[in-house]
Amino acid sequence: MKRSVFIALLLASALSAFAADVPVLIQNATILTITNGTVKGSILLRNGKIAAIGDKVLAPPGAKVIDGAGKFVMPGIIDCHSHIMAEAINEGSVSVSSMVGIEDVLNPEDIAIYRALAGGVTTANILHGSANSIGGKTVVTKMRWGATAEAMKFEGAMPGIKFALGENPKRAGSSQGGFGAVPTNLRYPATRMGVEDVIREAFNDAKAYKASLAAYQAKLAKGEPAIPPARDLKLEALVEVLDGKRFVHAHCYRQDEILMLIHVADDYGFKIRTFQHVLEGYKVAKEIQAHGAGASTFSDWWAYKMEAQDAIPYNAAILVKKGVLTSLNSDDAELMRHLDKEAAKTVKYGGLTETEALSLVTINPAKQLAIDKRVGSLEVGKDADVLLYDGHPLSNFSKVEKVWIDGHQYFDRDEDEAGRPKKAIEKKALTEKAAPAGGRGGQGSTGGPNQ
Amino acid sequence: MRILKFALPLALAAVLSAAPAADDTFAVKGATIHTMSGAAIEGGTVLVRNGKITGVGKNLAVPKDVKVIDGKGLQVYPGMIDAATEIGLVEVNSIRETSDTTEIGKYNPQLVALTAVNPSSEHIPVTRYNGITSVVSMPLGQVIGGQVSLMHLDGWTTDEMGVKPRAGLALKFPSIQSGGRFQMDSGGGDAGGGAARTSFADQKRNLDKEIAELNQFFESAHRYKQAKEAKLPDFKPDLKLEAMIPVIDGKEPIMVTATKEREIRDAIAFADKQKVKIILCDATEAYKVTKEIKEHNIPVILGPMLSLPLNEDEAYDISFTTPAVLQKAGILFSLGSLSGGANLASRNLPFQAGQAVAFGLSHEDAMKAVTKNAAEIWGVGDLMGTVEEGKWADLMITDGDPLDARSQIRMLFIKGKPVDLSNKQKDLYEKYLGRP
Repeated sequence: MKRSVFIALLLASALSAFAADVPVLIQNATILTITNGTVKGSILLRNGKIAAIGDKVLAPPGAKVIDGAGKFVMPGIIDCHSHIMAEAINEGSVSVSSMVGIEDVLNPEDIAIYRALAGGVTTANILHGSANSIGGKTVVTKMRWGATAEAMKFEGAMPGIKFALGENPKRAGSSQGGFGAVPTNLRYPATRMGVEDVIREAFNDAKAYKASLAAYQAKLAKGEPAIPPARDLKLEALVEVLDGKRFVHAHCYRQDEILMLIHVADDYGFKIRTFQHVLEGYKVAKEIQAHGAGASTFSDWWAYKMEAQDAIPYNAAILVKKGVLTSLNSDDAELMRHLDKEAAKTVKYGGLTETEALSLVTINPAKQLAIDKRVGSLEVGKDADVLLYDGHPLSNFSKVEKVWIDGHQYFDRDEDEAGRPKKAIEKKALTEKAAPAGGRGGQGSTGGPNQ
Repeated sequence: MRILKFALPLALAAVLSAAPAADDTFAVKGATIHTMSGAAIEGGTVLVRNGKITGVGKNLAVPKDVKVIDGKGLQVYPGMIDAATEIGLVEVNSIRETSDTTEIGKYNPQLVALTAVNPSSEHIPVTRYNGITSVVSMPLGQVIGGQVSLMHLDGWTTDEMGVKPRAGLALKFPSIQSGGRFQMDSGGGDAGGGAARTSFADQKRNLDKEIAELNQFFESAHRYKQAKEAKLPDFKPDLKLEAMIPVIDGKEPIMVTATKEREIRDAIAFADKQKVKIILCDATEAYKVTKEIKEHNIPVILGPMLSLPLNEDEAYDISFTTPAVLQKAGILFSLGSLSGGANLASRNLPFQAGQAVAFGLSHEDAMKAVTKNAAEIWGVGDLMGTVEEGKWADLMITDGDPLDARSQIRMLFIKGKPVDLSNKQKDLYEKYLGRP
């Protein structure tokens, strides 16, 4: 344990692009801490962390001082469900794809990262798709635009795995289905009954695998001759779920499938960390709460498919009122850019307080991902993942001006705007270079289409 | 304030149920009236008789027989208009049976959206809940999808909902289908997934062919009209070409969906050539063509503002700032959700407008974009879009700023009649909030 803390510290300092960052002091601002009320005053970011919050904070030598008069400061937004950066989403050829992981296909140059930053997102849970009952492994990332894929990963965050229930995992079992379904080669399952069965069969196998591993360890411990069981990457991830070392994020819509998965989890002795989308979560809020699962939903999506027919924009409000740890997610590179405004809708639909609304995109998803000791609120000692707005974040008339992650500034609206003319000139030059003879697109350039 | 919040709806409901016979005659007193035709009137009165606004002002005398709604602390706005949507034509996007947006064939000017609007669609009450009183519903299609219909979001039947069943012709302007990357002209296998890509040269040839075909269709409409007027002996009525006559006569506008710069420029050239009136719809790159759009006095309906840039290297906020750019260029524009059942729903129209305010459009201009401008663009500026004498009482009464998601619509009137703000979603909310 001590060793892992040491490694985490070492990593943190190794990652310090921010070690070089000067301290930042934002003064005279309205600071929405989320967990400790609103402070009119200053916030100091130093060495990648929040160093002080108060009505008066002295500027350390060399600090960059920003006048926050009329402006609002809040913690970076956390999106519990995104697919940006992922170069592949679905390994849908099998019903259980727990051997694959999204962390292996992260593209750190995806422009969606920058756009998400500009919308105030600093942390995102990147998930496998919903083509199969048990999908691939998930990874928590920070939007460190410009860093490598490895450095995007939220160091120390618990890994997860995607499950999917309902219409999507059924599709490949239908002759009219998507996800590569071929009428002559239908993939089991085709019904919600089959989805349950697939998950149970997989955990039967996982339990057997776990037992064989334990038997091997026991023999080893006794000094008896032992042959290790063949390593099974698919079951390994599920054993981690059984051992509480990997979170289950389960895509679901209807109340029946939510209950089904709770029963399966209870039977096999593991927990569902979050129900994702969970558009009928409001119908079984009590059961979700009793299981101890979180709910991560949309503000107002509905009607795009049959299982979204009973979706209501009051879902988050009911779940909150019934004691479920709830967040709002995007599942979409565009929606991701205005999760703040999505949160505002829960004030309209269901009457959440402004703090409750903002919690849906900050501290609540942080708790769901078990990274709340690091992020999700403005508290001294937490990561300096901080947003500066030109007005109240829940107002439709305000926008993000600056974004810091680990105390390093990754987005500045003024700089973005100021840099546009230069980029336009650069683009023009490149375009001309690519099409020298006045023709269109690269034919005169040096190589074939794959170069 | 808290007490006021809860007591008011009850009081309003009581007032309204007292005299159901004269539902569409009333006065709202003491509210802030955002007329959209001039400055806001604080502590003003709106007088409504038989569904029409008969007076707006500060010290308006209210006749004794007219019931009064106390508007103290409330705001009165004209109801919002979604200038382009598919509401009523589709219920559940993924279920083919619930969709009537898209007919077979390239040229279908004879089809009318209102024919297929389902007055019982759940989308209607859900959309009204956020203050939208009218929409323009459009058929989709390959080229000419049909006639778009302007309708109220209230009525027992489509006949009662319809305001202008043939408000304009929906034309999706031919375009180059680029996925951003073109295959080299020489061909060869493209490993990229999805539809097979053709070369730019091939696409351009096809585009020219499509535009020529479109022009030919208009030419045949002219010949048809001539034949009809000349009462030629072999003249036979043709429903497609018949439907084109008001269009080529310039009496009915064409709502041209043209997203990219090339399509917008092509559409303008087409309108010049055919001497027809056009409205640009979903004109994402209108900001690149402001000079020509202004010179031709073409109104613009912008699609969902909360959209990603079309290209990777575009400014992240390009769709948010476009309304302010059009406003500055003096272009008449409005907003359309371009959505029936999809996620970017009509009910979010006010928040789309709010986003434009965050990125430089004045609040008043944003409000006008979803009220007055939409009415003017669709030729019903004399009927709706502002709170003015002589217009229909399409009104929303709110407790705050309707473009801010934290506010509530307290009452909604369409043609002076109070509209039920309940809907399936609210019912489910109340039902399951009460689950023991």
